Amino acid sequence: MSNSTLTHQSSVCYHCGDQLPAVKLSHDDKDFCCIGCQSVYQILSENNMCNYYAYNDTPGQRIKEEGHYEYLDEPSIIAQLINYKDKENTIVTFYIPAIHCSSCIWLLEHLYKINPAIFSSRIDFLKKEVTISYKHEQVSLRKVVEVLNQIGYEPLISLQDVVKEKSNSVNKQLIWKIAIAGFCMGNVMLFSFPEYFGLSALEKEFQYLFAWLNLAFCVPVTFYCARDYFTSAIASLKQKFVNLDTPLALIIAVLFIRTAISTIFNTGPGFGDTLTGLVFLLLMGKWVKQRTYHHISFDRDYRSYFPIAITTLKDSREKPVAIGEIVVGDRLLIRNGELVPADAILMKGDAWLDMSFVTGEAEPQQKVLGEIVYAGGRQMGEAIELEVVKPASQSYLTGLWNKEFYKSDVRKQNFNDSIAKYFSIGVFVIAFAATGYWLWQNDSTKAWSAFTAVVIVACPCVLALSTPFTLSAILSVFDKKGFYVKNTDALEQLAAIDTIVFDKTGTLTSTHQSEIRFEGSLSAGEKLLVASLLYNSSHPLSRQVLKVLNPSKIYAIAKYNEVLGKGIMGVVNGRMIYAGSKRALPFDVPAKDNGGVHIVIDEEYKGCFTVDQQWREGIAPLINELDDDFDLKVLSGDTNKDEQLLKSVFKPSTPLLFNQSPHQKLEEIKALQARNKQVMMLGDGLNDAGALKQANFGIAITDNINNFTPGCDAIMQGTAMGLLPKFIQLSRDGLKTIKISFAIATAYNLIGVYYAVQGTLYPLVAAVLMPISTITIISFTSLATRYFARKNRLK
Amino acid sequence: MTILYFLIGCSVLVALIFLGAFFWALKNGQHDDVYTPSVRILFDDEVQDEKSDQDHISD
Repeated sequence: MSNSTLTHQSSVCYHCGDQLPAVKLSHDDKDFCCIGCQSVYQILSENNMCNYYAYNDTPGQRIKEEGHYEYLDEPSIIAQLINYKDKENTIVTFYIPAIHCSSCIWLLEHLYKINPAIFSSRIDFLKKEVTISYKHEQVSLRKVVEVLNQIGYEPLISLQDVVKEKSNSVNKQLIWKIAIAGFCMGNVMLFSFPEYFGLSALEKEFQYLFAWLNLAFCVPVTFYCARDYFTSAIASLKQKFVNLDTPLALIIAVLFIRTAISTIFNTGPGFGDTLTGLVFLLLMGKWVKQRTYHHISFDRDYRSYFPIAITTLKDSREKPVAIGEIVVGDRLLIRNGELVPADAILMKGDAWLDMSFVTGEAEPQQKVLGEIVYAGGRQMGEAIELEVVKPASQSYLTGLWNKEFYKSDVRKQNFNDSIAKYFSIGVFVIAFAATGYWLWQNDSTKAWSAFTAVVIVACPCVLALSTPFTLSAILSVFDKKGFYVKNTDALEQLAAIDTIVFDKTGTLTSTHQSEIRFEGSLSAGEKLLVASLLYNSSHPLSRQVLKVLNPSKIYAIAKYNEVLGKGIMGVVNGRMIYAGSKRALPFDVPAKDNGGVHIVIDEEYKGCFTVDQQWREGIAPLINELDDDFDLKVLSGDTNKDEQLLKSVFKPSTPLLFNQSPHQKLEEIKALQARNKQVMMLGDGLNDAGALKQANFGIAITDNINNFTPGCDAIMQGTAMGLLPKFIQLSRDGLKTIKISFAIATAYNLIGVYYAVQGTLYPLVAAVLMPISTITIISFTSLATRYFARKNRLK
Repeated sequence: MTILYFLIGCSVLVALIFLGAFFWALKNGQHDDVYTPSVRILFDDEVQDEKSDQDHISD
């Protein structure tokens, strides 16, 4: 036990690991940064659960604030949330973003120690979900959630239930198919081996049996495992369009028919091994492609931003109501920090709405009585009352999602499908030419076998494999760097980008980091007074300022008074101190900005702590790097106060548009696409949602991937933004790799076709050629991806 | 050599049993979460409080 570890241990909060402020709380010889952390520790120690701290150092999360969970007493809302209920027990699954380490697993699986009525809880760590079983006679759902919240694991309950929508039935069916195909392939290989090694006269009697067994194994593979290829091929032919599945379906059909004929007429070995191997590999490729991120949802819409329920006032009584049940004319009560769920008219109270997520405006907006408040704003201040004018599903914001015409004119065709057409034509030309030649030679058996052999050998199996393997290898390189792309198709879109559009608030600036500076002057003694006052407030701004001040001691305070969202005041050492926003000050002050924390001591204005939005790190070099290769554009919903600053970063010719509404942003993207631009949009908020969806490649920037992000093609961590040019380069290199592997595959195919057109393709050659070309291609793609990742310094 | 007919039947049957076992496991949800059990198995049943604190500081 070294001294340095000890001092390190004691300088951070025992619970959450944050740096301890100079004035800290102590309990049981352990130091805590705030009341919240200490209370979690107390709950755990009372319940004999301090093991939580044994598995990891400082595993805790800082608790934000008390939640309001009255709505969880409503039977209709409970019914929406729970998975299962019988006479005694209820099972419910929650998504808990805070789950991050083994201590979390331990704690959440020992909830029964806190409340024995919660008799079982299981965590799925990768999905960050906990499934809780409890006796609903003894404990209510609300109580369960409150227990979770008390220990710092608040479940995310939103209108779009991520937990239930993410069913993986499709994926499961694919695994069934892979298992069957693999099983059949193994057995067919076993029964084909004697054929490979040559049969002695004694073994000849088994040949017939082996052939029939192989055919039997080919039946489920063809008609169950490969069914999707047939349906997809038929569907695409109906639309007079050839996709990659068309030639694949043809090959599978030809292989099966040839195997069946040779078995029934006993004309020699069939292609059972090739058929089952092909289907197995194809399904594997599909599976690699379908690999998804457990903890990230790319298809979130406004519903996952909204809460599931809201408080309404009926006959001056508060009643929680599900958002979907809100009707026009309802009276809503919105507390400090809550969201406005529907377009409504302000009826009572002082509304200061933070619309930054909806419109991109950084400053909160004040609304006067009778004014319309749009859904999505967050109230900062006292509770307000609103009257609903439009139900949540028809609000101004949700209209962005309900539009059907997204990307209608941007056909997303990937490399595979575009080449499939030429590939199919090439195969048919060769196959018919060979058939024609043998028919002209009056050799109809050879004509038939040449035709089928050409189709079999020219299998685009490699194409179907190289794309998913290459692209998914690139996806995993990306996700280690904090860039999560939805799927491999999206990655191909990324490679084609030539225009990049930026949002400003939350994208070029960070919502996370902010810089606090003081305008005015405070003496050291006065700083202590201010800190003593702020020490009592849980408001995030107070905490931030307190961190900057970092006082050495805290004075006692008298007559403390907090006006929610406005400010705080109190008497410290006999001096009256006020800290808060300008509009709440009891008198006029010579300050120009309203925002920030204004300080008044003994009726004398001292100055203001202002919070500056900070530009993300490395923006200037990023823009410089992108400027050469791409057309850039900025679409901001905010006012043009930062125009000068942006102009210094971007090229003078870059268009910078301000005061853009969500719909204007969407139209702007469409206008670019109309000029044949491949547009990438980087945004973060709901105001960018339409543009992100319309863009060829939409990236949602976020500081915490567990936070809400609008629907998009990729989610990027703010810290990874500087790597964007490298990401684009790697995706382009990936497409290059696919094209090279296609060339390699063609070389293999030409060798095969050489034998095939002569009608002398022996099944063994086909069975050997296919795996060899597959192995070559897969090793080539993985080596090439590694090489390119290294070259782009992403590994 | 006729014994081979019997052995082939046996081998296919055994393979089918394993396939069935895999499907049962899949349906049972045993492959749904392949990470958490690896952590869960490392938890001790009950660690003494004082001891755990010391471990915590020394590691």
